[in-house]
Amino acid sequence: MSELLKLKDITQDLLQTVAGFDGEFKGAFNIREDSGCAGRRSTENIEIRPHREGLPGLEIHVKPGTRGEKVFIPAIVTHGSINDLTYNDFYIGENAVVDIIAGCGVHTDDGHEAAHNGIHRFFIGKGAKVSYDEKHIGTGGSNGQKRIDPISDIYLEEGASLTMDTVQLGGVDRTDRKTKAVLKAGAKLLVQERLMTDGEEFAKTDFHVVLEGEDSAVDIVSRSVARGNSRQEYYSRIIGQARSTGHSECDAILADGAVVIAQPSLDALSPDASLIHEAAIGKIAGEQITKLRTLGLTEEEAERKIIDGFLR
Amino acid sequence: MLELQNISWSLPERSDILRDVNLKLEDGKLTVVTGPNGGGKTSLAKAIAGLIPSVTGRILLDGEDISDYNVTQRAHAGVSFGFQQPVRFKGITVRMMLDIAAGRELNMDELCDLLGKVGLCTVDYIDRDVDGSLSGGEIKRVEIATVLARGTKLSIFDEPEAGIDIWSFNGLVDVFEKLKNGDQSLLVISHQERILNIADDIVVIADGRIREHGPKDSVLPRLLEGEIAGHCPVGRLATA
Repeated sequence: MSELLKLKDITQDLLQTVAGFDGEFKGAFNIREDSGCAGRRSTENIEIRPHREGLPGLEIHVKPGTRGEKVFIPAIVTHGSINDLTYNDFYIGENAVVDIIAGCGVHTDDGHEAAHNGIHRFFIGKGAKVSYDEKHIGTGGSNGQKRIDPISDIYLEEGASLTMDTVQLGGVDRTDRKTKAVLKAGAKLLVQERLMTDGEEFAKTDFHVVLEGEDSAVDIVSRSVARGNSRQEYYSRIIGQARSTGHSECDAILADGAVVIAQPSLDALSPDASLIHEAAIGKIAGEQITKLRTLGLTEEEAERKIIDGFLR
Repeated sequence: MLELQNISWSLPERSDILRDVNLKLEDGKLTVVTGPNGGGKTSLAKAIAGLIPSVTGRILLDGEDISDYNVTQRAHAGVSFGFQQPVRFKGITVRMMLDIAAGRELNMDELCDLLGKVGLCTVDYIDRDVDGSLSGGEIKRVEIATVLARGTKLSIFDEPEAGIDIWSFNGLVDVFEKLKNGDQSLLVISHQERILNIADDIVVIADGRIREHGPKDSVLPRLLEGEIAGHCPVGRLATA
């Protein structure tokens, strides 16, 4: 496949990091490179086509009953002075089981800002099960700002489920992530977010989840490490309109002069809504370091193990 | 062999916690340290592992003076420590923890062996986080397994029976019995009669001092009769 794709070296490297690219993608894919299309393939069950409203971006249609297929839609920015904007709409047919891999890598070393704004809408049909993996990374050192601002709008029909696994690996100067979801009866949303900021980086994440249907459920787990003079803001609002369960958990490890703000909120609009939020922010516990030191690690090695595990 | 020479420790807000403790532990022996609460047992164990600062006196491990070593250096010199209240880690699995303890990646046979010894079914546990999802008994068993994974010259266990169910406790007694047949020194802090029963030697600590140190057969009978460790240390009268 790689001989058909004319990819820049930077693109190849970033694709490997954010989407596990090893020269080819097994499944349907679209590679977005500097706001253009560097390669696309549809399969029998998964069709990728231009956005019907003429917006930059794609529509991804997964046939009902599709089983165990993958679709890759990574986006790469390779230099400064690009402010990429893409609208991707996912239509997942009833009872389909599909994995979406949607990494984003932003590189600039020319002193100019490089940015990617991915606006994703998910229409997940009844009984469908979707996993969505998204890794973000910025590269190119401090010479030029790297920004990634994703927006996700999620509509889960009855009995549908979505597992979102999002990771920001580092090097992104600013990120502003918004995730909105509406869940019908029996739908499930599971979000695992991991985030690392350092230096002067800023990261904001904002969840807004409406549990509209009976027995719908959401579980948001955000783990982050904030170092240097970085700043992180975590907001979540879970609205239980019916018999439903909601849980949000924000755990942050602080180091150096970093700042973390966490504001989880819950709206229980039904007496049968069961909602929980937890937020824990603090330095690495001294006793954790001590335990690992008794196993032979130095203080620095212990800290690294604790952080690596925490963000695993 | 572990040798403690004139070990003392005090805190500004408390009188001497350890007072001039002298002790020799021979290789391959299981020594159980017991005594009344607040008598200095845990402090002594922590002093050996370097977990408390400003301890005076000398600590020799196989002739190597480790008194000035920090916690990591003592771990490398051959000291392992099982905490009474194990620490929890979000994101570190049982397998990762045991790999860290062993200093290498363990294979499934080795993991099964270690977890089997502490009464945990390997497949159910290796990929679980060592976090709040484990019960007190489960995390205690993992803690003990981390010490076993290291296999060092000296293993210290601070009340290993605390928070562990009876089934696992039986298994634990077996583990200690097997371990003591090797060339390792084991120092176990315990109040449990069954642990005391498998000891080679028993040390009784009260009021920061070694009250008694000798073979189990001579110390245990008197201990059980209450001659050694009463509520009030020898030389101090109950005034209430």
